[in-house]
Amino acid sequence: MAFFFAQFLTGLANASSLFLVASGLSLIFGVTRIVNFAHGSFYMLGAFIGITLMQILPGAIGFWGAILLTGLAVGLIGAVVEMLVLRPIYRAPELFQLVATFGVILVIQDLALMTWGAEDRLGPRAPGLRGVWRIFGEPVPKYDIVIIAITPFILFALWYLIARTRAGILVRAATQDREMVGALGVNQAWLFTGVFALGSALAGWGGALQLPKGGADLLMDFNIIGAVFVVVVIGGMGSLPGAFIATVLISVLNVFGVTYLPQSTLVLMFVVMAVVLIIRPYGLLGREEVAGEHGQVGAPDMPIRPYGPVGQALVAALLLVLALLPVFADQFMLILMIDMIVFALFAASLHFILGTGGLVSFGHAAFFGGGAYAAALLVFHTDTPMELAFLFAPLAAGLLALAIGWFCIRLTGVYFAMLTLAFSQLVWSLAYQWRAVTRGDDGLVNIWPSDWLGETASYYYFTLILGVGGILFLRHVIHAPFGYALRAGRDSPRQAEAMGINVKRIQFAAFALAGAMAGLAGGIFVFSKGSVFPTELEIAASFDALIVVFLGGVKTLAGGVVGAGFMTVVEDWLTRLEYWRLLLGLVIIAVVIIAPEGIVGSIRTFWNRIRGSEEEAAK
Amino acid sequence: MTFTRRMILAAAAALTMAPAAVRAQDTIKIGEINHYKRMAAFAEPYKKGIELALKQINADGGVLGKPLEYIYRDDQGDPAEAVKIAEELMTRDGAVMLTGTILSHVGLALSSFAAEKGYLYLAAEPLADSLVWNSGNPNTFRLRASTWIQAAMLAEEAAKTDAVKYATIAPNYAYGQDAVAAFKENLKRLKPEVEFVAEQWPALFKIDAGAEVQAIERAKPDAIYNVTFGSDLAKFVREGGDRGLFDGRNVYGLLTGEPEYLDPLGDEAPEGWFVTGYPWYGFADGTPEKAFVDAYMAETGETPKIGSLVGYLDVLSVAAAIEKAGSTDTPALIAAFEGLEIPDTPIGPLTYRSLDNQSTMGAYVGTLALQDGKGVMVDWSYKGPDGYMPSDEEITAMRPAD
Repeated sequence: MAFFFAQFLTGLANASSLFLVASGLSLIFGVTRIVNFAHGSFYMLGAFIGITLMQILPGAIGFWGAILLTGLAVGLIGAVVEMLVLRPIYRAPELFQLVATFGVILVIQDLALMTWGAEDRLGPRAPGLRGVWRIFGEPVPKYDIVIIAITPFILFALWYLIARTRAGILVRAATQDREMVGALGVNQAWLFTGVFALGSALAGWGGALQLPKGGADLLMDFNIIGAVFVVVVIGGMGSLPGAFIATVLISVLNVFGVTYLPQSTLVLMFVVMAVVLIIRPYGLLGREEVAGEHGQVGAPDMPIRPYGPVGQALVAALLLVLALLPVFADQFMLILMIDMIVFALFAASLHFILGTGGLVSFGHAAFFGGGAYAAALLVFHTDTPMELAFLFAPLAAGLLALAIGWFCIRLTGVYFAMLTLAFSQLVWSLAYQWRAVTRGDDGLVNIWPSDWLGETASYYYFTLILGVGGILFLRHVIHAPFGYALRAGRDSPRQAEAMGINVKRIQFAAFALAGAMAGLAGGIFVFSKGSVFPTELEIAASFDALIVVFLGGVKTLAGGVVGAGFMTVVEDWLTRLEYWRLLLGLVIIAVVIIAPEGIVGSIRTFWNRIRGSEEEAAK
Repeated sequence: MTFTRRMILAAAAALTMAPAAVRAQDTIKIGEINHYKRMAAFAEPYKKGIELALKQINADGGVLGKPLEYIYRDDQGDPAEAVKIAEELMTRDGAVMLTGTILSHVGLALSSFAAEKGYLYLAAEPLADSLVWNSGNPNTFRLRASTWIQAAMLAEEAAKTDAVKYATIAPNYAYGQDAVAAFKENLKRLKPEVEFVAEQWPALFKIDAGAEVQAIERAKPDAIYNVTFGSDLAKFVREGGDRGLFDGRNVYGLLTGEPEYLDPLGDEAPEGWFVTGYPWYGFADGTPEKAFVDAYMAETGETPKIGSLVGYLDVLSVAAAIEKAGSTDTPALIAAFEGLEIPDTPIGPLTYRSLDNQSTMGAYVGTLALQDGKGVMVDWSYKGPDGYMPSDEEITAMRPAD
């Protein structure tokens, strides 16, 4: 019994820092609707700034003062980021801002490396709180007890701020209906900046408060972000009490998981999230999202039309150049093009469900990697001929998409996205942990194509035919009746239902098709690289695709393909430089601000404006 | 107007000049692929080790009469990206061979790629046993002592005590699992009565240290085997120290004594742990080990890490192989690497075994102690890999037919 209690306390102590970070994220999402992936970076900044301040300020007062100041400093940084990066793009399409936050992550990573160096820092101990107290005979670190005691005060302070102050009333009102708040004369810009600063400050406090139990290192931004999102989603996005309950739930479950099921550490929280979302689609205390509430900002979509003669001629010319490429390009150019086509097909498959279907998937890499793994497993274990194994890539990925889609498709918006993320994490952990079959992190190696495709040029043509074929096929589907039904379901589910379209079934089919096409890309990928590792299933891989789709332009036809091409080239150039992450981050932020409709969308708008002005001049 | 035009002219001149300047010096190029950003704490000392060795070798006239040059490329820790860069280095940049990587899975991807394309790859830091054994191939050589070797050294020491109940804690991925399996197998062979009462598998860099410590304490082991490193290690040491987990127990720490992991612990370094590591502070004057440390500190102004040594040895290996081959074409280089002997290195003679393409670099083992508020290894010794490897027959059986 004493042991149980001690375990429970450990869970509560872990919950305290996590709750601070998560409540910040939840606040930011609730008011601004920004899925802030840079939140982990603010946590990391909190840890580093905290250490720096604690070294300057002496004694117990210095220690706690440093923590307080850290939050203020990080809050200030958050406000600056919000004003410079996010404020210009609030009117961009739904979730577009997460691309900008991804740029912020990269910038902060390199700036932190420049400022604090590469070496891990051990956090200073809280003065007078080293060692343990015995509770029922079990040792419990003193600092654990202190932060367990602090957490209710933080929760109370947050509750008071939200429930009892005028600022809190505005925040709650904006969470409910931000347009109405704006209509009532509240300055939304400053409200958003304020909330973003408060959320960042909470992340900074979380980073500083965990210092006596850990430290600061350059990987902690990515290492916490998964847990934070899980907590916020389980609690219900935008709900502070929900975030608190979920933090305690996850932290305590984790402690028991470590003791009684030590192998479970990778997946436990994602399993919990999946279960919660399947039972309660909006998290424990979340509320249903009203349709159209945060999508469709700005002017309504123009219907997508097939390209006119000029566009078709341009595409044909591009394909001709690609077909003739091996004649004049060197081998590496072909390799780069293979990478680009694979990535373009992967991005196009995501774009298909995201742009046309309106389903934002955070776990699309599960199908890309799943396809790659399906083919690789067959080759590795049974020496299946490459041609046959290759066919299994889209097939297996499609089946996987059917299975995952069956659970996910009933959800909408961010919750749909997070459930796909949870499932992709399960697939990842399967590849990571089931070593007897997948060899885990050692990956599957020596997966090379048959001899007739062994030459780079022949594999290039193989990639070109299947990749471009896949992309053209997806475009064809978009213009087929199926694609129209899918778009109807995206723009107005109720009217689509009234017309006799089974929206969910159409979306389900589209999800499976997108999965199969991602699997096709994965199949081409694995034979071009000769190996596959769990990295291809990671969250980061899903986000690579998501980012290029947004960068290219969600509401355009060519967005995914153009975005993938742009990103491959830019990355290839920039990674040659010392501070490539800083530059890449700045490039992403610049594109986001200059072209809030994505590259293709903004070019189209620009083109239309020129043409429009010409037409007016002609009149 | 004139200002802009002058700028364009200057830029054009700079552009046309730049290739000429590069071409003026005919160098032998080595493609070095690493995770410079993602694993900055490990890659930076490694790169400095390389640069020190290059400076020394090129001051002595280079190899085959030409300067040796490393082209550094960042793969973001992504195996697919590494493979792409490798292709570019070999086909476009004129590299004669590939080297680098810290993460094992990137090393394995490059190894498979090298075998398929007929390139030569020297894996510098990856520890995975399968790199030269289960997934070994004739095109891949490996410098650093593998997981198995270092775990076997700790198991040998553990077998000397009368502890029978062991707990293990290792990050939940291939390296951690291999490290635990190797320790168990070696210890069971030396001391069959040993039993393992708890196996903890925290997620890499996401350890829940308090819970892990409680779980191990609950199993009441006599001794503990630790494979955690980096930020996980710091948290584990703190929680374990505070809660008295290490009191009266022997702890064996794989890599715990390496400066990369030990230095950040500062005065909280766990005293009494038996570890593998790199005691650069303990070398006697006049030894080649000390000479390297002095040269490194004079050059960089920093204390060396294990990565510094590996980077330095990497260049020595490459240079020796090119000299032995007498040319830079790949088959000759591969032939040169097989059984390559380098008599003078900071750790004494170094050989690349023709049996499995593994170098004979060993590891330093010793006990952790606190001196001047910092963790150091005391009573340390350097051990070569002989006697800590499976038998030649077992290795041959593991390696796919060449």
